[in-house]
Amino acid sequence: MDLQVIAFWIIAFVTLGSALAVVYLTNIVHSALALIMTFLGIASLYLTLHADFLAAVQVLVYAGAVSILIVFGIMLITRGEGRMCETNTFGKYKYTAFVVIAALFGVISYFIIITPWQVTNGIVAEENMGTIGEVLFNNFVIPFELAAILLTVAMIGAIVIAREVKNLK
Amino acid sequence: MEFLNNIFVNIAQWIRELLAALGFSPVWVEMGMAVVYLVAILGVCVLVALFYVLWERKLAGYIQRRPGPNRLGPNGWLQTIADAMKLLTKEDVVPQGADRIVHLLAALFIFVPTVLALAVIPFGEGMAALDLNLGIFYLIAVTSLSTIPIFMAGWSSNNKYSLVGSMRAVAQMVSYEIPLVFSLLGVILIAGTMKLQGVVEAQSSVWFIVLQPVAFVIFLICAIAETNRAPFDLPEGESELTAGVYTEYSGMRWALFYLAEYCNMFVMSSVAATMFLGGWHGPLLPGWLWFLLKTFLIMSCFIWFRWTFPRIRVDHLMNFSWKVLVPLSLANVFVTGIGVYIYNNGLGWW
Repeated sequence: MDLQVIAFWIIAFVTLGSALAVVYLTNIVHSALALIMTFLGIASLYLTLHADFLAAVQVLVYAGAVSILIVFGIMLITRGEGRMCETNTFGKYKYTAFVVIAALFGVISYFIIITPWQVTNGIVAEENMGTIGEVLFNNFVIPFELAAILLTVAMIGAIVIAREVKNLK
Repeated sequence: MEFLNNIFVNIAQWIRELLAALGFSPVWVEMGMAVVYLVAILGVCVLVALFYVLWERKLAGYIQRRPGPNRLGPNGWLQTIADAMKLLTKEDVVPQGADRIVHLLAALFIFVPTVLALAVIPFGEGMAALDLNLGIFYLIAVTSLSTIPIFMAGWSSNNKYSLVGSMRAVAQMVSYEIPLVFSLLGVILIAGTMKLQGVVEAQSSVWFIVLQPVAFVIFLICAIAETNRAPFDLPEGESELTAGVYTEYSGMRWALFYLAEYCNMFVMSSVAATMFLGGWHGPLLPGWLWFLLKTFLIMSCFIWFRWTFPRIRVDHLMNFSWKVLVPLSLANVFVTGIGVYIYNNGLGWW
């Protein structure tokens, strides 16, 4: 068997396993740690597809930053009256989860099917950082800047909300 | 001279040829080489850490006008080995209330980002285990993971000192990562590549510390904060938090954290040497020796800072990052960008 196929199966197994662990572990910190594992698994999937830049972004943004944010959220909020093993009880909503996941799966599959995927026979350039930069800052500069403004607004909003809570006390 | 310069490259080439001659297919030769690189990196990591543990104690002694370790071996140079032996034989205590698996795993995971980062560091010309196109970006991505084991250690110990220590560590490392990345961005702008080998090659005529002095200072400050060293060692802060994150660790697991701290320092000083001090460039001596000398210089600076400055207060620490370093590093990127633009458009002054 091709090494890449073997790698895919190992990564898929680890990623799905840790994703299941996120749902089924009852200690919410363990779930968060398993979530980091899932993010890293997805990053390695990108690597097997030769999307190095995307993989690095996945590690930096999701595994490095978003996960820490989640962890902070968990540490600052107490649930389950101090019994850590009963803090992630969302795993029992099986039927609701099934409906939501089925709907999501359907929507994503529908869009994957209706999208006319462009297949190129050209070889992907080894060094594609420059190309990514040019595409982001020339062709898609308005969405890029809009995303930046959106994030800034969200950040200022979060700070304002946090400050108000402090003042009330 | 040429022989000494390429000695490690030649050894790697020789092992590669040996593996090929033994009848392995190219894929397995690459796999074998990956193992060889990993062993080499781990070896360098541990040797460097052992050396710097002692060097720190010696230098601290000189700074405070006392002899430092001077009993064991010639002038005390075998002290670390004795300490390592002692730590290896000590009992490994896991507190009853601790989250056992996470507690034990944290001490192992602490090394993962360090080893991953060392994979792209060029120790000499052609002496990087991997020469990724993404080089620096990869480095930033994997070092951003180093907060997770510290959080795991702090949380799983089930101890208030550990938890407060780990929260401080995470907040501090996330905050200081931003100016760190921006300070490296200035260098990338001038070098025009993210390959670490390429960055070093771009410094053959002038080192980037000359073109980017502000970025170098910002990088050095952030590197100390990222490695949780004094004056930014609040996560450990023994006067207020006992030993912070490491309170509940004992024996070899504690030693692993300690070792990882020195390995992280080595990674940071290697990055500084590569990005600002011209990597392997230097007259007479072989390239890898120059590289080690430069990292040694920066490591000694880290130690010097530790024994000179008092610990900073938590709120001062955060304010310093967000209100001084982040704007300063952004301004540095802005000015560098303008400079590079002017230079590239034919107005080059030098």
